[in-house]
Parts: sequence; C-alpha cells; structure tokens
Amino acid sequence: MNMAEPPSPTVPIKMAVQDLNFYYGKFLALKSINLDIPERCVTAFIGPSGCGKSTLLRAFNRMFELYPEQRAEGSILLDGENLLTSKQDVALIRARIGMVFQKPTPFPMSIFDNIAFGVKLFENLPRVELEERVEWALRKAALWDEVKDKLPQNGASLSGGQQQRLCIARCIAIKPELLLLDEPCSALDPISTGRIEELIAELKKDYTVIIVTHNMQQAARVSDYTAYMYLGELMEFGETEQMFLKPRRRETEDYITGRFG
Amino acid sequence: MNEKHLSSQFDSDLNSVCSQLMKMGGLVETQIQRAIKSLANFSVSEINDVLDSETLVDQMEMEIDRAITAVVARRQPAARDLRLLLAISKITSNLERAGDEAYKMGKRVKSLVESGETRQMPIGDLRVASDLAANLIHRALDAFARLDVTAAISIYKEDDLIDREFKGFTRKLITYMMEDPHTISSSLDLLFIAKAIERIGDHAKNISEFIIYIVHGMDVRHSKLKGIEAIVQSE
Repeated sequence: MNMAEPPSPTVPIKMAVQDLNFYYGKFLALKSINLDIPERCVTAFIGPSGCGKSTLLRAFNRMFELYPEQRAEGSILLDGENLLTSKQDVALIRARIGMVFQKPTPFPMSIFDNIAFGVKLFENLPRVELEERVEWALRKAALWDEVKDKLPQNGASLSGGQQQRLCIARCIAIKPELLLLDEPCSALDPISTGRIEELIAELKKDYTVIIVTHNMQQAARVSDYTAYMYLGELMEFGETEQMFLKPRRRETEDYITGRFG
Repeated sequence: MNEKHLSSQFDSDLNSVCSQLMKMGGLVETQIQRAIKSLANFSVSEINDVLDSETLVDQMEMEIDRAITAVVARRQPAARDLRLLLAISKITSNLERAGDEAYKMGKRVKSLVESGETRQMPIGDLRVASDLAANLIHRALDAFARLDVTAAISIYKEDDLIDREFKGFTRKLITYMMEDPHTISSSLDLLFIAKAIERIGDHAKNISEFIIYIVHGMDVRHSKLKGIEAIVQSE
C-alpha cells in the first residue's frame, strides 16, 4: 500500500510534486517525493531535524538555485505548470509563492515601506492605491490596529511576533497563490504564536498554505493535512485528524507519540 | 519498533494509569464474585462486603480520571497514547457501572434473604449466567492488559450467550409468578438480579470494544459482530 496517498480527489490540487529528487552536491536529500498539496488548505510538514522538510519547502520556490551545488530533479507542478523547467522569471515565481522564515526578517526600512517595497517591484500603483494595499495586507495579517499610528517607524522596532506578522503581510501584499511558512513561530512566545496560528486559519480562506513545524501540536492545531518525512522520504501523508489519531504507519505513530529514538 | 517514549516519565505516567485501571478492575471483579457468592449461599456477610467496596470503586474511578486529565494536560498525547487514555477513561466508567450492578445484586439478595422466600426459586440458572458474566469481566481486563483483539472479539460473542440466558430466565420467572402469585415479590428480586448480571456482561462487551479502539483506532460501538470482524481483518 502506498502510505503517502494523496488526499481525496474531491479536493482541488494546487501543487503536485512528482518524483522529486533533490541533491546537495552528491548527497541525495529528497528521495522520489510524490505529494499533492490541496488548494486553500493548510498542509503541515513534520519530521525530525534533517529529514528534508525545509529542503522540500525551499524547492517549491526554487530558493535552492541561489546555491550552485544544489539541484532538483522531477517536477513541481503549480496549477499544472512545472516550476523546475519553467522559463518564467524566478522572481515572478517567488511572487506567486511567498515565503516566511523562522526568524522574522523585516527590511531595514519603515513599516510602510516593508510592505510597499515588494508591491512596487511588481505593480505600478498610484500612491492612494499603494496605501490601500499596505493597509489591506496589514489588516489581513492582523497587524493593522497595532501599527497604524506608527507606519513610518522602522520595521525592526516591532516585537518579534509583530515582525513575523509584518513578514507575512509583506508576502500577502503581492497577492501570492501559495504561502510557505518555514517554522514561523519557533522564535515566538505563545501569545504571538497564537496570533500567527489564528492568522493562518484566516489566510487559508484565500491562499494555499504550507507550514514546516517542529511543534507537532502546532501541526495538529493548524493544518488540514500533514506530511511526515524521515531521512529524505515522505513516510506518510494524510488528513491531520487521521494522522494524529491513527496514522497508517507505525513509524509515523512512533514519531508523533514521542517514541522516536 | 519503539515501545518506550523518549520521556521515561511519560511511560511511567501511562503505566501508572494502566495499573490503577487493573487494580480497579480487580476490585470490581471481587465485588461481582462476592455478589455471586452471596446469591449462592444467601449469606448476608458477603453482601455487606459488596456494599462496602462500592465507595472504594467510585473513588478509584475519580482517581483514574484525575490521573488521565493530568497526563492529557501535561503531555498532549497523540495517536495510540491518546486512544489508550480515552479508552481507559471509558473503561473505568464501565467498570464502575459493573460495580454498581454488583451492588444492586447485593441489595436484592439482601431483600430476598430478609423476606425469607429463598427456597424453590430457580437460582441455578442465575448462577450459571453470573459466573459467565464475572468470567467476561475477568477476560476483558486480561484482554486489555495484553491488548488482545482476538480475545476482545470472543467476549463480544459470549455476551450474546448471557443475553439469551436472561431472556430464558425471564420467561421462566413469568411461569413461576403465574403459577403462584406468592412468588411475585421474590421473582421480581430475581429479575432485577438477572438484569444486573446481563448488564455486567454488557459492560464487559463495552470494554472489549475499547480494546479494539486502542489497537485499531476504530470505533466499533453499535456495530454488528460480523462487521467488526471484517474491519479488524481488513487492517
């Protein structure tokens, strides 16, 4: 039985990963990954350190191309188009697939410009519309009420949790189709984490979200589907509720219940 | 295959809840055995023991639930740990109710003894059924300790036997009451005892359903035996 079965066919698929191999030099870090990411759902990647979940996430927006010794084989289809062979400008791909990292990475500029910067790269909006877009993104990221009176202040002046929401707002501002969150809460306190999780639930109404997390309870709380990875392989993929109540594989159950040794 | 958690404290918490459950099970078993003995001998001293241990069983149920709540709050268990704890909580309720039924048996035996109408009643049938029921509770606890699904399914089958005994016994009592209305009062006592025995069998059956849930993650309550066997085999 294929343990990494795709979700039920009734769910539309946003991204399809097919026979993906990924190499760091000669090291095979992802082994023949096949995975369908359902549209407008939250999919969580879990697994021990070094299992390849961040590598997989970084393959989705071709982040690895920044490093010459890294390469990917196979295909990653976004709405049917293979991103790995696409002639599309990689900056445009990354505009369609936004990413938020473990540590908040605000640009060294004002809160307003943090959001406006990316928008200006892709769209030539009149000032009023740009301001509207900034407000819209900050509202979507549940940050507007906290920053509306200090938009000219430097982004770094915000708290860690606010900075992370600023980064999410920056992603959303260019209206991506897919949001990749690489351990977005691991540097945050429980209250900021709660806000981000609330935000994720809100964002999935409009976006497809993929989250990498080390916190299994977080995966259980926020995701609709969960993928368990181990040593570069996709061990099991299924509905989160099923994965946390009765996973199909013993290995998944051992990891989820803390028996992984 | 790893049986132990990374956290040995977690293991010891779960083991402690399981042993508490087995202890409670042992207590309920004794309670049922004593109720049966009191019925066989019409001895009041046994009855008092049954009635006295009722409070202890209730306390153990609450104590186990408290321990489960603590593990859930501190460990956020998932998958088979979560299934185990949910099942134990349900099993304790079933054990407590089985204990209640033993208590009810005791009270009815007491009423029979006090009425003095203990002769010429069909006690033999009840003893067979009550031995069956006590045996089922014992085997259900044993199947839990070994997480033995095959044993759990066999309990399922045997509970039907007790149900049939109960129906047959009810019919027999009706004939007694029709023939001699003087036996109505003691027949009713016996009917309640028979019902309590039948319920003890049901609780053993419920416990076996939770064993299947722990092992296979499937809720087989309100399912037919054939369906359960098919589901378990398909796993």
